[in-house]
Amino acid sequence: MISFQLKRTFLAGVKSLWLHKLRSVLTVLGMVCGVCAVIIMLAVGEGAKFEAQEQLKQLGSTNIIVKAVKPPEDKTSTTGITNVAQFGLTYDDLERMVETLPNVQVAVPTRKIPKTVGNGARTLDTSVMGTVPWLPTVMNRKVAVGRFLSSTDMRYLRNVCVLEQPVANTLFPFKDAMGQAVRIDGNYYRVVGIMEPVAPPKMPKAGADKSDGPTGIYLPLTTVRARFGETLVTMSSGSFQREQVEIHEIVVSVPAMEQVEKTAAAVQQIMERFHNKKDFVMVVPLELIRAAEKAKRRDQILLGCIAAISLLVGGIGIMNIMLASVTERTREIGIRRALGAKKRHIISQFLTEAALLSGFGGAIGVVVGIIVAWLIGYFMTTTTIVVFWSPALSFSISVTIGLAFGIYPAYRAAEMDPIEALRHE
Amino acid sequence: MTGIVEISQVWKTYRMGAEDVHALRGVSVSVPEGQYIAIMGASGSGKSTLLNLLGCLDRPTSGTYHLGGEDVSRLGDDQLSFIRSSKIGFIFQSYNLIQQLTVVENIEVPLYYQGWSERDSLERATALAEVVGLSNRVNHRPTELSGGQQQRVAIARALANDPLIMLADEPTGNLDSHTGSDILRLLDQLQAQGKTIITVTHDERVANHAERIIRLADGEIAEERAGRQP
Repeated sequence: MISFQLKRTFLAGVKSLWLHKLRSVLTVLGMVCGVCAVIIMLAVGEGAKFEAQEQLKQLGSTNIIVKAVKPPEDKTSTTGITNVAQFGLTYDDLERMVETLPNVQVAVPTRKIPKTVGNGARTLDTSVMGTVPWLPTVMNRKVAVGRFLSSTDMRYLRNVCVLEQPVANTLFPFKDAMGQAVRIDGNYYRVVGIMEPVAPPKMPKAGADKSDGPTGIYLPLTTVRARFGETLVTMSSGSFQREQVEIHEIVVSVPAMEQVEKTAAAVQQIMERFHNKKDFVMVVPLELIRAAEKAKRRDQILLGCIAAISLLVGGIGIMNIMLASVTERTREIGIRRALGAKKRHIISQFLTEAALLSGFGGAIGVVVGIIVAWLIGYFMTTTTIVVFWSPALSFSISVTIGLAFGIYPAYRAAEMDPIEALRHE
Repeated sequence: MTGIVEISQVWKTYRMGAEDVHALRGVSVSVPEGQYIAIMGASGSGKSTLLNLLGCLDRPTSGTYHLGGEDVSRLGDDQLSFIRSSKIGFIFQSYNLIQQLTVVENIEVPLYYQGWSERDSLERATALAEVVGLSNRVNHRPTELSGGQQQRVAIARALANDPLIMLADEPTGNLDSHTGSDILRLLDQLQAQGKTIITVTHDERVANHAERIIRLADGEIAEERAGRQP
């Protein structure tokens, strides 16, 4: 019996909206925009969250990266004939960090030397990275084939290396790189492992230093020290340039995210005390990601405002048309009242219509919103994800707004004097 | 207090600006069950006001109205709605069908507000369409019907809830004399089946179908006489 009433009210609503098709469609345009904006807002938000998580995964949310940079040129130019630029991180820095900072669990030093590496006639300019066995754990990397460097490699200064996927692909295009030898400066290094590639980060500004995934060759740090020394000689425009850098990068890892900021400050202090020249930079992935998230949140607030305004306008549109409809159908209201409709029957009739109208707009908005969100994700750098509950949420928002803005017209309809309404022409 | 309609000393006063206008001044009427009664009067005589009171669309300022033994003169809005949906059948001058509904759906409206089930209500509405001779028009809309046919739908609708009284407000006012007399004949038949009918009109010929004629003037009963004998 109740379901019959509901069905009748529902059908009557559909009927009277169908009677004014164009009017109904125009009325719900505001609602369509509002719901569309809600869907996009949620999709962008989810996308940003996803991107941030991916970034954290790649850079390590609990890592602090200290990098060596060449200090401003004026210092080196006055050093005269020797012309050795001495800068960067030192083994002392590394030791100080590990020894004095209670939160520092582990630190990964890396020496980065640009070299030409070869396999027979194939050569590739890449960076040789001297590092320690625990780099994969700290940097959240995986070895695809073989193994990473071991402490035995370190101790015995073995000539072994681990390749990044792109390097392996270039040097050994037609065969398995594992167990093969790679030539660097006349010495040969056996390939013991190949790293699993990582998806390139979509947010370039927060990315590490390369745009399309990591590349290079990993060697034991001790081997690198023994083979290549501390001084790098590079030729540039006819003159030699010598740089002396002990460590190019130190990644400090702390056990929990809450300690990142404090530890970063402490590392900064230690570094500043022993480096008069500004020859290092610090990168805190967590901070970068937070900043990126903040920017995204600003976008989201903007979208949220657009959504709110559109929904408000949509709601007012619905209220307007419902008021017109109530006036237009005064006589029908009178008839229904005379035939025994209670006030609540009239209210539910008009509320149903308002909800149907806004629900219709909401449904269109959901479809348009999903399409637009997809287009944004496809053509722009922003990742957008439409989560399963966002269409449901936006749809119910639209229906709720329809009901809220339908209350007043419905109330007006119910409060009409049936005698007056019957006399209405 | 034997009549199905018992009105005693009913006053209806409207406030028009600073003045009180008395539309009804102490009207008392008793209508026994099964009677066909006509209320006549010039415009402004209070006959529309009386009709609205009888139809439970309005409440008297003072006096009492008993419908089927129940005092309905002090009921609230919802209760009056319930009385209208269960005990009163309206027939209007301009038919007052709902335009977007079909014939059968129009007949179903009072049943719907009484909470009938879909199947029962459809069955009853179809049966009533047949009673008024419109069984071949049930799925038409009012705009596709002639005035006489529309008034028949309205009568079927008024019969739907098996009312205690049927109230007809100028039932032939919008019809030509031929279809008008068809409608009047239909009302005669209904009375023959035992329905209590109260019709409001200024047309003598319409009033003469009733057994009893009351003439209102200035909110008071000016004349009461017998009409056609059954």
